[in-house]
Amino acid sequence: MATKASASAARLMMAPAVTLLLGWMLVPLVMTLYFSFADYRPLRGAFEPWIGFENYERFVTSSSFWDAVTTTLTMVGGILVITVCFGILLALLLDKPIYGQGVVRILVIAPFFVMPTVSALVWKNMMMDPVNGILSHVWRFFGAAPHDWLVQTPTLSIILIVSWQWLPFATLILLTAIQSLDGEQLEAAEMDGAPPLKRFWFIILPHLSRAITIVILIQTIFLLSIFAEIFVTTQGSFGTRTLTYLVYQRVLESQNVGLGSAGGIIAVILANIVAIFLMRIVGKNLDA
Amino acid sequence: MRLKTTLRAATAMAVCAAGTSAFADSHVTTVTIATVNNGDMIRMQGLTDDFTAKHPDIALEWVTLEENVLRQRVTQDIATSGGQFDVMTIGMYETPIWAEQGWLEPLDDLGEEYDADDILPAMRAGLSHEGTLYAAPFYGESSMVMYRTDLFEEAGLEMPKQPTWEQIGEFARTLTDKEAEQYGICLRGKAGWGENMAFITTVANSFGARWFDEDWNAQLDSPEWLEAVTFYNDLMADAGPPGAATNGFNENLALFQQGKCGMWIDATVAASFVTNPEDSEVADSVGFALAPNTGKGKNANWLWAWALAVPSGSDATDAAKEFIAWATSKDYLELVAEKEGWANVPPGSRTSLYENPAYQAVPFAEMTLESIQTADPENPTVDEVPYVGIQYVAIPEWQGIGTAAGQEFSNMLAGQQTPEQALARAQELVNEEMEAAGYR
Amino acid sequence: MARAVSSRARLGWSAVAWVIGLLIFFPILWTILTSFKTESEAIASPPSLVFFDWTLENYEVVQERSNYARFLWNSIVIAGGSTLLGVLIAVPAAWAMAFQPTRRTKDILLWMLSTKMLPAVGVLYPIYLICIRLGVLDSKIALVVILMLINLPIIVWMLYTYFREIPGEILEAARMDGASLRSEILYVLTPMAIPGIASTVLLNFILAWNEAFWTLNLTAVSAAPLTAFIASYSSPEGLFFAKLSAASTMAIAPILILGWFSQKQLVRGLTFGAVK
Repeated sequence: MATKASASAARLMMAPAVTLLLGWMLVPLVMTLYFSFADYRPLRGAFEPWIGFENYERFVTSSSFWDAVTTTLTMVGGILVITVCFGILLALLLDKPIYGQGVVRILVIAPFFVMPTVSALVWKNMMMDPVNGILSHVWRFFGAAPHDWLVQTPTLSIILIVSWQWLPFATLILLTAIQSLDGEQLEAAEMDGAPPLKRFWFIILPHLSRAITIVILIQTIFLLSIFAEIFVTTQGSFGTRTLTYLVYQRVLESQNVGLGSAGGIIAVILANIVAIFLMRIVGKNLDA
Repeated sequence: MRLKTTLRAATAMAVCAAGTSAFADSHVTTVTIATVNNGDMIRMQGLTDDFTAKHPDIALEWVTLEENVLRQRVTQDIATSGGQFDVMTIGMYETPIWAEQGWLEPLDDLGEEYDADDILPAMRAGLSHEGTLYAAPFYGESSMVMYRTDLFEEAGLEMPKQPTWEQIGEFARTLTDKEAEQYGICLRGKAGWGENMAFITTVANSFGARWFDEDWNAQLDSPEWLEAVTFYNDLMADAGPPGAATNGFNENLALFQQGKCGMWIDATVAASFVTNPEDSEVADSVGFALAPNTGKGKNANWLWAWALAVPSGSDATDAAKEFIAWATSKDYLELVAEKEGWANVPPGSRTSLYENPAYQAVPFAEMTLESIQTADPENPTVDEVPYVGIQYVAIPEWQGIGTAAGQEFSNMLAGQQTPEQALARAQELVNEEMEAAGYR
Repeated sequence: MARAVSSRARLGWSAVAWVIGLLIFFPILWTILTSFKTESEAIASPPSLVFFDWTLENYEVVQERSNYARFLWNSIVIAGGSTLLGVLIAVPAAWAMAFQPTRRTKDILLWMLSTKMLPAVGVLYPIYLICIRLGVLDSKIALVVILMLINLPIIVWMLYTYFREIPGEILEAARMDGASLRSEILYVLTPMAIPGIASTVLLNFILAWNEAFWTLNLTAVSAAPLTAFIASYSSPEGLFFAKLSAASTMAIAPILILGWFSQKQLVRGLTFGAVK
């Protein structure tokens, strides 16, 4: 029913958003591309506008590159698994009739309101610190030697911290999805004597699939660029250097803007590969 | 309707935002100071009334940041001539490099009264480029051994004024009682060129190792490095606190103040914190000794200063210099002494401070001065080196190299690799970086 | 028919839910408690949960050292401004996508999301140089615009999913009555979309409030928000757990309170079209 006039009006209405985002994407991207082919090291006063693919070659062949890619994937994957699994369980739990539901819900979503820097500081200094942290007090209480979280299990620790921050988000979306579930269907299944596990597997989970893909898509976008949590806790040591962090080290610590820009471009390309992969799935799901 | 309200609110907000940022009194020059959030700097912030009373036409704005964030912010700003700050707090490492780029205002005209000749020679040399002072030291430091006299007495040990590493190792292992959370020695392990690499480099120097030979070849594969790093690694495994691989200056300070460390080898400025009864539980029982050596003629002590500099292109250069002349003056030292006592005066910047009998009475004054005087950035280690700097190498690439290597040693301390592996990886990283920078 | 639930089962589920809820909330609770301790009590072993001498000295120290009100105001302006600006730009776009979909609509939507993939650290230099050139370093306007651009894809997507749930027949009816496009949006659509817009605003306010890279790197004094405030308390010299806790509490309290009051709204709205 879209008339020609309203179609062009629609285009007009989308124009500001599309133009702005196009500019926001292109301008820095083009500048970064330009720098990535340059030898740009401000601390040396060096600026050589064209050195070919040298920066790319050095970034990819450096010993830290593949480690960083693996770390990034491990971290994002780990966080996704934890938030989705626990998110489903929590959502199911919050959907039950419980006393003080509102308060419990507030408690559960609170971590989402904490800025990443603060949550990393709190976890590092007050929870995971091997001497003064709460967890080590708990360990000692049970007679165990305190676990040195950020040193012995650094990647896991960061996964835990970030999962804590994002669990509320996953829970909320999944909870809304569960609440929209057709109660009669479940009851019918219950009447038929289907055990809870079966009901979950054949009725609830399929119903949640769409919500799960959306959680995965949105979280991946945010998780690929986690920075503050690593900066505050391990500064990239002990194998927690993600691709984003590696780029940070090249650009800001070594002040090698050319090399860092090449890394940035590579990171964009890799992120988009992940994104295309994800969006294929979501895109399909958006129509379903 | 709703849309209109939102629109109006947004406009109002935008106007507010523009209004506050554009607001400036035309008679008052605003000096924006970027500084690090350590105790001495925060104390200075509290005392600025003295400055503004003398200079009613200058207003001070503070940007106080944690060390890592500060470094990143000021480097970014100066490298792009962002002009966000009029006074920057920088270290001995940055000063000559930035001065060479022409990024800093020379500070050779701070006035008669300022008495630049009074600045300790080692500090002045480190903060100058081609004979001109580019950053004025707010405080200076070397490193030394701080130890618990009560624990030493209990164990029947005696700390010589000039210990060797062997002795330190022995003491540390004797004092360790992990059950009782008593650790013989606390040392830096947190990765970073200004954290563990500062310390490890001084250890390496005292074992006769060096970063580069005269042709800028990395020397981390030398037997001296292996000996130094192995010693450090074993010592920490036997007598260090848990989580040592993430302990930097601050973490160790907290541990020492809580009485969990028998010894701590770190910055001389820490002496005033650990002897301050308000913060430290062990204030009455701290002794001091020179940083250890191996008899090769070099002590494992560094030289560092936090200094104030004016970036060129600042729009308040004169006012900024006024401020620096105040903050690093003799009068400022007197002012702190008057308000907070001599022990809290920023140390290590001026000769006259150490000639003052009132300051000589402070327990750590003599040891601090002696440590500073034995440090020689031109000749950091036993062999000749092509670089300047004791616990750093004063080249622009050092931040990247130091931090990358620091992570390898941090991994080693965490038990994820052996000293041999750490050194081999660091050697590779350093050579990679140096090749890219065109040294070889 | 309401599902019959025995009160014993209800009690059981409640207990489980409360324990888990408290566990998740514990780090925040602990931070708030620690902020009322003295530095030496903050590291006491074993730690005490509530039986300590409550003190406000940390808040006094923090207040004395930093101009909290200015940081707070900057956070409000930046997060609020960027969210409102974003919604203003996103509403028409989302409307067009929802009611005049073309074959490319979905591609555009996904492309918008993909602009969020650019790692911020990689483009810090370009953005910094642009800001210098435009003279907008350390200005709230620059941050309002940048944070708006960062969150715009999310805003568009959220609004798009809400708008799609609005039945098209209503619009057609309005058109039959001769409503113009403008009044269609203003009087028919917007009121129906208010819950969706509200939760979009909330979510993006939170995201903008917590953004810690650009807000830290592009500010010095006049535009520095609470993220910069926190950066001056992380790991200073000596014992700092209590002061850090006080500063952390001050940084998260406003958004926490806002979140709690509006959680119903947020819960209802956070669907991203996940519900069919």
